[in-house]
Amino acid sequence: MIPIECYFVLSALLFFIGVYGFVTRRNLIAMLISVELVLNAVDINFAAINRLLYPDGMEGMFMTLFVIGVAAAESAVAIAIIINVYRNFRSDSVDSIKNMKW
Amino acid sequence: MGNMIMFTILAAVIVISALLCVTTKRIMRAATYMLFVLLGVSGIYFLLDYTFLGAAQIAVYAGGVTMILVFAIQLVSKRSLQGMEERVKASKMITGALAALAGLVVVSLILLKTGFITQEISNTELPMKEIGMSLVGSGKYQYVLPFEFISVFLLACIIGGLVIARKEEKQ
Repeated sequence: MIPIECYFVLSALLFFIGVYGFVTRRNLIAMLISVELVLNAVDINFAAINRLLYPDGMEGMFMTLFVIGVAAAESAVAIAIIINVYRNFRSDSVDSIKNMKW
Repeated sequence: MGNMIMFTILAAVIVISALLCVTTKRIMRAATYMLFVLLGVSGIYFLLDYTFLGAAQIAVYAGGVTMILVFAIQLVSKRSLQGMEERVKASKMITGALAALAGLVVVSLILLKTGFITQEISNTELPMKEIGMSLVGSGKYQYVLPFEFISVFLLACIIGGLVIARKEEKQ
């Protein structure tokens, strides 16, 4: 039997790797990929807590399912925005969007 | 014992792929490494006996989201993304690494200090019938309302994505 701390440490590692990518990357798609890593870390936590601490309930599992659905929709909309940004600014780095700074 | 070995392999795959994903310079490789991370996470779900969850993860994430990302990378530009080399400043890299390390240390210490009472679980997977009944049931501990919310949300996202991504008409 795997102690639940292993899952927590794994998901903490994944989460902060995602945070590191989000902070350092300047490309919009790379930042989106980092956000997906963060979401996956949270999903691992939900599933592990549900299974190992409260095996009778199903809340964590359904939360993970809904997070997967929302993440898919979110990344589709984000990709649409990125393509539009590229079409308007001819660049895909976050620094190119100066209009939103005002 | 077997579970522990599987968990170690999966954790190694996830962490190494994630590290490569955020440090690689090429955006296409980052997407590929993300695919490995997603498959590893679905393996974790299989290990926890959430078979349906693992299947959903593979179908939606590894199948859908990665495909969308690859298409976007191919669509966006010839010069800037395919085979793009992204340069990251060393100072920014160090700052980001320090912030991430600090957060990781704090969270890990808190998690390891807290004593969790784990219950011994039998290695039986959740029956699919039970999942389906509580996904669309409207009683206590059943989830038809968030399910419907998700469907409306997906519809809104489809419409929003179409509106954002469509070509502007020339006046």
